[in-house]
Amino acid sequence: MKPILSVRDLRTQFSAASGYVTVVDGVSLELAEGETLAIVGESGSGKSVTAMSILRVLPEPPARIAGGEVVFDGRDLLTLDEDAMRAVRGHEISMIFQEPMTSLNPVMTIGAQIVEALCEHRDISQASARDEAVALLERVRIPDARRRIDEYPHRLSGGMRQRVMIAMALACRPKILIADEPTTALDVTVQAQILTLLARLQAEFGMGILLITHNLGVVARVAQRVLVMYAGRVVEEAPVGQLFKDPLHPYTEGLLGATPRMHANAEEGARQRLVDIPGVVPLPDQLPPGCAFAPRCPKAFDRCRVERPELLPTRDGRKTACFLTQEAGAAS
Amino acid sequence: MDGFRDFWRRYRRKTSAVIGLILLVFVALVALAGPWFIPGDPLDMVTQPFLWPGTDIEFPLGSDVLGRDILTGIVHGSRVSLLIGFSATIAALGIGVTVGALAGYFRGWIDDVLMRVTEIFQTVPTFLLAVVLVAIFKPSLSTIVLAISAVTWPAIARLVRAEFLSLREREFVQSCVVIGMGETRIIFRQILPNCLPPIIVMSSVMVASAILTESGLSFLGLGDPNLMSWGTMIGIGREAMRTAWYMSALPGVAILITVLALNLVGEGLNDALNPRLKNR
Amino acid sequence: MATESVRPAPARRSGRERLVRYLVRRLGQAALTLVAIVILNFVILHLAPGDAIDVLAGEAGGGTPEYVEQLRHAYGLDQPIYVQMVRYLVNAAQLNFGFSFRNNMSVVDLIMSRLPATLLLMTASILLSFTLGVLLGVFAARRVNSFADNAISVLALLCYATPLFWFGLMAIVLFTVKLNLLPGNGMYTIAANYDWFEATLDVGRHLVLPACSLALFHMAVYTRLMRSSMLEIYGLDYIRTARAKGLSQRRIAFRHVLPNAILPMVTMLGLQIGALLGGAVLVETVFGWPGLGRLAFDAILQRDHNLLIGILLFGSALVIVANLVTDLVYAWLDPRIEVA
Repeated sequence: MKPILSVRDLRTQFSAASGYVTVVDGVSLELAEGETLAIVGESGSGKSVTAMSILRVLPEPPARIAGGEVVFDGRDLLTLDEDAMRAVRGHEISMIFQEPMTSLNPVMTIGAQIVEALCEHRDISQASARDEAVALLERVRIPDARRRIDEYPHRLSGGMRQRVMIAMALACRPKILIADEPTTALDVTVQAQILTLLARLQAEFGMGILLITHNLGVVARVAQRVLVMYAGRVVEEAPVGQLFKDPLHPYTEGLLGATPRMHANAEEGARQRLVDIPGVVPLPDQLPPGCAFAPRCPKAFDRCRVERPELLPTRDGRKTACFLTQEAGAAS
Repeated sequence: MDGFRDFWRRYRRKTSAVIGLILLVFVALVALAGPWFIPGDPLDMVTQPFLWPGTDIEFPLGSDVLGRDILTGIVHGSRVSLLIGFSATIAALGIGVTVGALAGYFRGWIDDVLMRVTEIFQTVPTFLLAVVLVAIFKPSLSTIVLAISAVTWPAIARLVRAEFLSLREREFVQSCVVIGMGETRIIFRQILPNCLPPIIVMSSVMVASAILTESGLSFLGLGDPNLMSWGTMIGIGREAMRTAWYMSALPGVAILITVLALNLVGEGLNDALNPRLKNR
Repeated sequence: MATESVRPAPARRSGRERLVRYLVRRLGQAALTLVAIVILNFVILHLAPGDAIDVLAGEAGGGTPEYVEQLRHAYGLDQPIYVQMVRYLVNAAQLNFGFSFRNNMSVVDLIMSRLPATLLLMTASILLSFTLGVLLGVFAARRVNSFADNAISVLALLCYATPLFWFGLMAIVLFTVKLNLLPGNGMYTIAANYDWFEATLDVGRHLVLPACSLALFHMAVYTRLMRSSMLEIYGLDYIRTARAKGLSQRRIAFRHVLPNAILPMVTMLGLQIGALLGGAVLVETVFGWPGLGRLAFDAILQRDHNLLIGILLFGSALVIVANLVTDLVYAWLDPRIEVA
């Protein structure tokens, strides 16, 4: 299947007192039409920064995209000027965020915020944009949309606000939706509703979804392929079934160990926070010389502490950045 | 000492803060040592009136309408300004910290009553209240200090109250309560030291505004009649403004430099002491 | 103060009913504060050295015997202290602040006759300082850490440190004495005989320097607040949403950041009214502007303490009204505040 988005060797840095610190280091990924690709990892792994780098919505400075390419529709988004990039944002690639409570402008009605997205990218009158906004709100299952459209965000619950965010993101029928932890801040029942909604809309619109999450329960439920990130790098890439059945990287194993039986019951899994792996993700300016995970890895050996493993394909088409599995694969 | 070195490293990062400190040290030196180099009473008439600056080497900044030396006035005036600025701030700190600590620590009706009072003092136009107080109690160094502190303490009280409200919920304070430490001890030994940084930052700005208030009062003729302050000099010069504007201009520059220095130092302290408040 | 009634979606009452309840409550609070301020004035009078009558009449050969007698009667000084206080309150409630013999007018009439000039001056300098503060703050925040941003910060710091009466004097030296561009004294050209258009123009020309002098400090306050408020909003989640929508920088700044950043400015505006009134005393003195401030200065010179206290009380009332108005404006601007 031909990818609609392909990211190659993306590097994003943040300026710090001591110079630039690399937060996303050589991430590559491909997303196909109608596919859901999940990026998982603990907080600080660089998954959100990766997502925001693709859409170039990081504040620059302090952030800067230092290298790589983001090819969408035959163009490298990283080389577009600001106006051309604006025509992509919210139009062909949209994004929704973790905090529905704070992601809407409190002094604008939700209708005005959706209409604004429509009018920015399409030649459309205010009146018909408003009608379309009502239709969008109905589409994301907001009851009594015609009345609700003139509400201010503070009158809506978190789940409702996330629905508004989704309506706004889908206003221009984007080809790609980037969803950055879309359900993390919501109650469990609401989480399930939002995930169902996203899946249904994906089927209707046929867009590709890049799902950023730390919740493996959510991954099991909606994603087809998974990218596992650690300390700014991809450490494993696999189809979702294989990843859960037979994780290759010790970090993935750790994540799975911390989330008991999630694919048996996604809702149960969603309740579980991961990270029972001892230690924390190292800060990007304090990475060890070898594999970044080595200090926390129960299986690390000498080579892991001096040499950094590359992300290499295995024979069954997965990818992993771990000497252990690469050596095992070579030996067998 | 390490803490101080750390503080100094953060403070000197900001050029403007260092400039402010240099200016402030300069003003303080003038106030401390100036009268030693330039003795004499600024109220004495020592030369011909209306002497322009730069015309007589003996009186480099000229003389005022009555032939009083302006340089002497400015040098001695720095003492008045700094003395009033700092004493008024210390007095305001005394009232404000007490009120704020009591309200924030005991909460309940004590808090309600004290905050109502604070609100009233914040509603009354501060400079007008200071004018009324000084006018009624007769202008002198001590009434000016009292009047300025009477109108500036509410800001401190609110700040301290807010700090107390949040600090008293913190674990280290709760554990002191649990082990039965006395309330006075908790207030003075545990909570107060922890709200010092914002108090220090606010104090430097308060000294600046106290100096401005004092200059305004003495400009209106409500200065201590026995002292030559910068505001008084501007007020005197005003009578001859059309012909000899330098009489008002020079002391005004002195005020500007001093207040600017204090504000710059305040900003530097803010950045160095509470990084979390950097945008205010 | 302005954020006290933030409520997430309460049961809806009719908008009018809620507004009326809110107004009644706020007016009640305002009245209580005013009473407390009257009591504060009473306390100041009685803390003063000597008999309150001496204070009120002033000591420099102030009161004629009739005046002293009138005051003694008005304040009931032969009565016990609580009776005096009640009398004082009752008098205040009837707007009876006594008589100013120096000006041969009752204090209330005197204040009322001077009020329009002060209101004109204050309105002009509020408009000037608020508008300039917003413009400069927005301009600086959109180019943070640029040369222009730094220049604006330096300007604001200088305005912060400049005594406004001194600035006024220097402005007179430059614009009136040296350049002869603008009048530096009074509110009208004396004895001019002209129509309303020329009169407006004349007052306008007289207004320029005092309004600028009074606006200077507050402009610095607003510029700094607006800049930091804009920068704070720029860091919030919904601005990232706006950028992800593909909006232009200009639209984000003016449609999303500015309306949110201006909310704390409204609160600040309310808080600055008292300081503005204090500044008016100095500026009106410098420019001979015939308002309340100039009246206060004359009262100081004539030791007419009764008049001075009347002005203080009246000024406090003005601040209370201004705070009420800013609260209402804030509630109108911020949909999160449901007046309930």
